Amino acid sequence: MDATTLARWQFASTTVYHFLIVPLSIGLTALVAVMQTLAYLKRATPAGEVWDRSSRFWGRIMLVIFALGVVTGIVQEFQFGMNWSAYSRFVGDIFGAPLAMEGLIAFFLESTFLGLWIFGRDILTPRLHLASIWLAALGTTISAYFILAANSFMQHPVGLVYDAAKHRVELTSIWKVLFNSTQLVTFPHTILAAFMTGSAILLSVSAWHLRRDGELVDLVHRKVAGLAVGVLLVSVVGVSIVGHIQGQIMTDQQPMKMAAAEALWNTDDHAPFSLFAYADVSQGHNKIDITVPDGLSILAKNRPGATVQGINQVQAAEAAKYGPGSYIPVVWLAYWCFRLMIGFGVLAGLVAFGVFVQWRRGKLTTSPRMLRLATWTVALPLAANSAGWLFTETARQPWLVYGLLKTSSGVSTNVSSGVVLASLIGFSALYGVLGVICFRMVRRIAIEGPATTLPPPPGSDVIDEPVLSLV
Amino acid sequence: MLQGFWFGTIAVLWAGFLMLEGFDFGVGMLLPFVTRTDTDRRIALRSIGPVWDGNEVWLLVAGGATFAAFPEWYASVFSGFYIAFALLLVGLILRGIGIEYRGKAETANGRHWCDRAIVVGSFLPALLLGVAFADFLRGVKMDAGHNMAGGFFDLVTPFGLLGGVVTLTLFLFHGAVFLALRTEGAVAFRAKVAAKRVAPVTAVAAVAFVLWTAGTRGGWLSFLLGAVLVVAFVASLAALWLDRIGLAFSASALVCLLVPVWVFSALWPDVLPARNSAALSLTVHNASSSHYTLVVMTVVALLFTPIVIAYQAWTYWVFRARVGAASVGHGGYEETVVGRLRHAASVGTDGESPAEPR
Ligand code: HDD
Ligand code: HEM
Ligand code: HEM
Repeated sequence: MDATTLARWQFASTTVYHFLIVPLSIGLTALVAVMQTLAYLKRATPAGEVWDRSSRFWGRIMLVIFALGVVTGIVQEFQFGMNWSAYSRFVGDIFGAPLAMEGLIAFFLESTFLGLWIFGRDILTPRLHLASIWLAALGTTISAYFILAANSFMQHPVGLVYDAAKHRVELTSIWKVLFNSTQLVTFPHTILAAFMTGSAILLSVSAWHLRRDGELVDLVHRKVAGLAVGVLLVSVVGVSIVGHIQGQIMTDQQPMKMAAAEALWNTDDHAPFSLFAYADVSQGHNKIDITVPDGLSILAKNRPGATVQGINQVQAAEAAKYGPGSYIPVVWLAYWCFRLMIGFGVLAGLVAFGVFVQWRRGKLTTSPRMLRLATWTVALPLAANSAGWLFTETARQPWLVYGLLKTSSGVSTNVSSGVVLASLIGFSALYGVLGVICFRMVRRIAIEGPATTLPPPPGSDVIDEPVLSLV
Repeated sequence: MLQGFWFGTIAVLWAGFLMLEGFDFGVGMLLPFVTRTDTDRRIALRSIGPVWDGNEVWLLVAGGATFAAFPEWYASVFSGFYIAFALLLVGLILRGIGIEYRGKAETANGRHWCDRAIVVGSFLPALLLGVAFADFLRGVKMDAGHNMAGGFFDLVTPFGLLGGVVTLTLFLFHGAVFLALRTEGAVAFRAKVAAKRVAPVTAVAAVAFVLWTAGTRGGWLSFLLGAVLVVAFVASLAALWLDRIGLAFSASALVCLLVPVWVFSALWPDVLPARNSAALSLTVHNASSSHYTLVVMTVVALLFTPIVIAYQAWTYWVFRARVGAASVGHGGYEETVVGRLRHAASVGTDGESPAEPR
């Protein structure tokens, strides 16, 4: 394999891994903050105690996951220079700015206040302690904003001039980059997906306990399951609405991506939405195709009779514009990732809806099959996230920065493939081990469940009084 | 003008990183030497627990700022020092996971692995940073596209290794003084002894390195800074012997702050000198971003850096109390152990063994 292919594998594997963790961190930090807020508002009532124990329990799980997000993120920060130095030279003038802002504005905020939150429980006043977790949650969201702005620039470059002498692009407007139209839909889509993921893990663990303990279950799990179902249902609807708008912007900005997402080889008015297709790239047509009539026209343009461009036509247009070559990404990958993203996401929504219905019928704890299914919920948005990114990034190929720089011209020329291979293997092995450790730790804490008592207030000699017995 | 400002800003970011992470690395490497029991180790780690992650961000921002203000520099250094940075990353990963997971590990064996990860993960960056700084000073081989030629072993020279020894032993010293200041009891005592043992090595290595550098690069300003650096170190030592730990720590913090400032002053106006031909060197002028980008970044930096420094300083104030056996008894990660034990004892466990008491 050549250095470019290896560098792509390297980047794809570390980034997908990072993004398995990131949505959990973003979602959980915010949800723990919500729990702690409820505990604060209802303090000194039984409900307040329950929320307090939930926020401590979920805080522990959140911290295990967060740590893995932090250490894998450091790799991301340096990878651009290590593997993609030609790319870094080409876009650094623009791309570096959001990255630096992310560090200065977001990473300092989240890491400092998370440290305060962990160790400051007995030192800070309850209000300051609550503020710390909210500031950490704010930090994760700001971080997502800046890094996604950087990514949106690669999808849809704006606010730039090309300097031929230096062979690089230069920034002309930071506002255009930060408020890129692509960014304005990508950010809510990704953040809502993160809330889906965070609430899904809450639902998974609560469902496990509800199934095991039935009516005797710790109240924490009932309350948390309620919170999770609510957040999950709202965010799945939000993600779908934003995703729809995103699809339209994408059709406009990267017509090839939408064509590939649908394996639509030839331009069509009344374009159907394909449910299952088997494409043959060399032939330029689909062998099998099961479709919803007019579906794609509606998704892409909001009108049944709208024309959607096909792969062959976009290829001809791009070749005329950018010179000869293939501008077709790996169609089957784009096609299936797009379907899996939507499919897994919708499935997660359905599970949450099922739990909701059983709950309303008063049959929650007596439907073990529903609960067993719900225990698996978290896998669904995790898979949808990875599919979404794989789609977004691979269907942009061969472009690294759309219309400006091809992936093959972005790679470091002075790093040998042997070195990249060694680091690819090394990081994969390390990530694999850490993943297993993290998973087992989360699983153990989740199974143990929350403490049944609250620890004594600071300064008191009482070891612990049972404030709440099992219901 | 703005290029100079950003050259200085990046030096300041490195300075903050060395001063803050310097003691984190030191504490990590000192674990086997200043602790005997598990409680000792928890005391030592608790002293950096709330702050290490925030300290590490100084490095991330130094990297990000280099990317934004001097993309050529970022691209050349990170691709050219590929293996060194990969090892640095492995170190940072191991250390972060070790620190964060230690308190949650269930078995003594798990905690031992975390301890090992912390020691190795602190040692690697402490050594590699010095090697990298020395190589910047010595210059590297570059082609016309500013790509570094030569492999990893071109970077491991006697001069580079000496640089590595300087940062390694300096961080050991800084970390030991920090522990003496921030903890109480046996850990603080052993840390003081460790600081006195490592200090002579640091002093000899630092003097040798400053003199060697003065022979090859930099003008009177960098020589002066190098001299101040050595004097500050001696002052720190003297304060340590007089048992003025606060003073000793301030002085060793000053030394750490000055190391990157001194390195950068010797480099100026180059950011990465080419050893094969001066014409190929990366300078603040040919490596920098456009004027507009620098203006944007300047505004952002002037707005947010003071805020960051303010809340980080406040954090140190919040956690100003010395760490002793009492402070690691409850709170933090272990807060629910008692509750969990009770729970396990009263309802029985689901095939999982209850957490062992610490
Ligand atoms: C700031 C920029 C940025 C951001 C936020 C992301 N990516 Fe990306 N991605 C790139 C910048 C980039 C890149 C540097 O442009 C790559 C490297 C090689 C390439 O083709 O594009 C890339 C490639 C790339 C590939 C491989 C594509 C290929 O080589 O065919 C995958 C699977 C992902 N990314 C996945 C992700 C995921 C899961 C992300 C979520 C965190 C993500 N990307 C965020
Ligand atoms: C490929 C580009 C990316 C780079 C260079 C990058 C960089 C980093 C770095 C350096 C950290 C560690 C910060 C610390 O020590 O606290 C980090 C963590 C984090 N990143 Fe990324 N990141 C990337 C992609 C993303 C994306 C797309 C998102 C959000 C949608 C994101 C969200 C986060 C969050 C929330 C954290 C906090 C730690 C955690 O996840 O547990 N990152 N990232
Ligand atoms: C009906 C539902 C959905 C639609 C129509 C939709 C649409 C889209 C589109 C068009 C993109 C590509 C944007 C681009 O490349 O320019 C995208 C990306 C993505 N989707 Fe979805 N999506 C849906 C559901 C979901 C769900 C349920 C999740 C996760 C839980 C999810 C996670 C993502 C992620 C992480 C990305 C990559 C980041 C981005 O570009 O925003 N999506 N989605």
